[in-house]
Amino acid sequence: MRTMFFSQAIDDALAQAMADDPHIILFGEDTLMLRRNLLVRFGPRRVRGTPISESAFLGAGVAAAMAGLRPVVEIYMVDFLGVCIDALLNHAAKIEAFSGGKWNASVVVRAPCGGGYGDGGQHEQSLWGWLGHIPGLTVLVPSTPADAGGLMLAALQHDGPVLFLEHKLLSEIWLEFLGSGARHTVQFDIPAEGAKGAVPIKWEPVPIGKAVLKRAGGDVTIVSVGVGVHRALETAQALESEGISASVLDLRTVSPLDKTAVCEAVAQTGHLLVVDEDYEGFGLSGELSAVVLEAGISCKYARVCTQTTIPYARQMEDKILPNKQRICASVRQLMQ
Amino acid sequence: MPPDLWQVYALMLRSRLFEEAIAHLWHEGLISGEMHLGTGEEAIIAGVISHLRKGDAMALDHRGTAALLMRGVDPVLILRELLGYADGLCGGMGGHMHLFSKEYLAASSGIVGAEGPIAVGFALSAQYLHPGAIAVAFFGDGAMNQGMLMESMNLASVWNLPVVFVCKDDGWAITTQSKSVTGGDLNERARGLGISAFEVDGCDISEVWEVSHSAIERAHSGQGPTFLHARCEHLEGHFLGLQLLRIVRDPLREMPEIAGPLTKSFLQPSGATLRERLAGLRIVLEAVLSTLRDPRRDLANDPVRRARTTLQSDSVRLQELEDQVEQEISNVVASVLAEVSS
Repeated sequence: MRTMFFSQAIDDALAQAMADDPHIILFGEDTLMLRRNLLVRFGPRRVRGTPISESAFLGAGVAAAMAGLRPVVEIYMVDFLGVCIDALLNHAAKIEAFSGGKWNASVVVRAPCGGGYGDGGQHEQSLWGWLGHIPGLTVLVPSTPADAGGLMLAALQHDGPVLFLEHKLLSEIWLEFLGSGARHTVQFDIPAEGAKGAVPIKWEPVPIGKAVLKRAGGDVTIVSVGVGVHRALETAQALESEGISASVLDLRTVSPLDKTAVCEAVAQTGHLLVVDEDYEGFGLSGELSAVVLEAGISCKYARVCTQTTIPYARQMEDKILPNKQRICASVRQLMQ
Repeated sequence: MPPDLWQVYALMLRSRLFEEAIAHLWHEGLISGEMHLGTGEEAIIAGVISHLRKGDAMALDHRGTAALLMRGVDPVLILRELLGYADGLCGGMGGHMHLFSKEYLAASSGIVGAEGPIAVGFALSAQYLHPGAIAVAFFGDGAMNQGMLMESMNLASVWNLPVVFVCKDDGWAITTQSKSVTGGDLNERARGLGISAFEVDGCDISEVWEVSHSAIERAHSGQGPTFLHARCEHLEGHFLGLQLLRIVRDPLREMPEIAGPLTKSFLQPSGATLRERLAGLRIVLEAVLSTLRDPRRDLANDPVRRARTTLQSDSVRLQELEDQVEQEISNVVASVLAEVSS
């Protein structure tokens, strides 16, 4: 085993895949500097910089995938997909259906997501529920370096478009780039287990659509993704002293959901709490309630999500993102 | 017609000192997230804004602090916003990339290129509700490759809208050199869409002022959109803490962290041919070297210092003005900071 930072693990898995498969090329804004380590190993034919023209280069990535390449397209932040969503919504997601299952676009879209560093509501959204809503898109949200690298490898082997979302609070590269700017005067609530961890010597794909039980507990099941998983784990630990035993399920994949794992975990406790950094309405948290209801599981349900536009001010932001206090309060209420 | 240099110098200096104070507070950790300063583009902002009238609108990018200040927004409110106070300009919700002033019809966006549609919409509204009023869009060279900006220029052209598109071109799109990702000539692009285009030295306040004057007059009098292409240098790069500038300013600290992984990756066995790898390495080095040939140090590229040299003949008046502006900004900062410590 080796130890790696979160983004380092993703880049390492990507490098392994690029060495094995010459069809993989990488492009996006500033990738020449951000992925300079891949640039000097694989050369400028395979690692390219783009203009700030998301509609063009994401759309081109989708079509290049249809024509046989395996592009990894980097979007500066998931928020900026707003500029070019057409390429995903009306094209990448539809090719397989439109062609009667004969053609698809195996493109991997890598984008940083999430908040907790005071950059404001146009730069800190999660949006995985918004993307997961679209049939035909696979949406991955890893929470540890090992899962991040393994899921990147799986994404590169998957037939069809994959969104790979990289939480900025876990990413050493993005957090320094956008959050600290190398200052030592600012602090962030970084989940240590997510930011750095053991990774395999040789990457193996982590299966898409498979959740993992991070903690077993009999009273309540907390289901989450990304940084939310770590917030849930911290809370579960704290609740032990109150005699509440919480299990924590890390979905890892938002779409397709691991319905079996969710239902099994919830059936055991009869209490489901969803911790979702994405917006509350019409999203992952509501979807999970539908999953258990459709399965005929009787349970009490609550959710801790982001309800509003994310404030710029750190102290306001901390209150509206899912945090330990909110999760604790919600669990207690659920257990009453 | 030349500008009143004393007046525009005061505008620029006020903005410079305010943003230097912001930089200090950011380094101290009192301001969160990214921080894009407008230091270096003051002549462009001042030269354009000096001609705006009541009712004219502004579409700003992620670097809009200087424009809002020069337009007349209370610096105390701006600073309170950046420090995240609930009674800041935007209630602590916006931060420096998302500053809004309904009073001054000024809207910012952190989405590159979004200034295009915003300015077009403001100008469209002006045609119906406030005939004679205009809209200005400020954006960088990176935004010129964004589809929505090009579409907006076309729309402004065919609808003959009163928009002045101002491209503040520092040659960089974040860490990417614009020339490597931009085809053709920007002025020709605008002309291709039927928009009059003018090249100006963005570090020369008199030149910007004069060219803006005619562009804004044209817009005010219903003669449609204009494109101004103004070269400038961002004295602090794309944003504070930019790694490329850190390498230049503190190589001993920054280089080992970058060179180690870069060398290791360069030497990894499987991958491209040596020729391709060297081509990759050359790209990284070129970005660093371009930053090293730091044009920021050249006095001619600092619009505030350049304007100052023209006023030095009246050193007493200059001193008086500078003392006054400095005092004002330091009062603003002191009044806001007094509450931080209390």
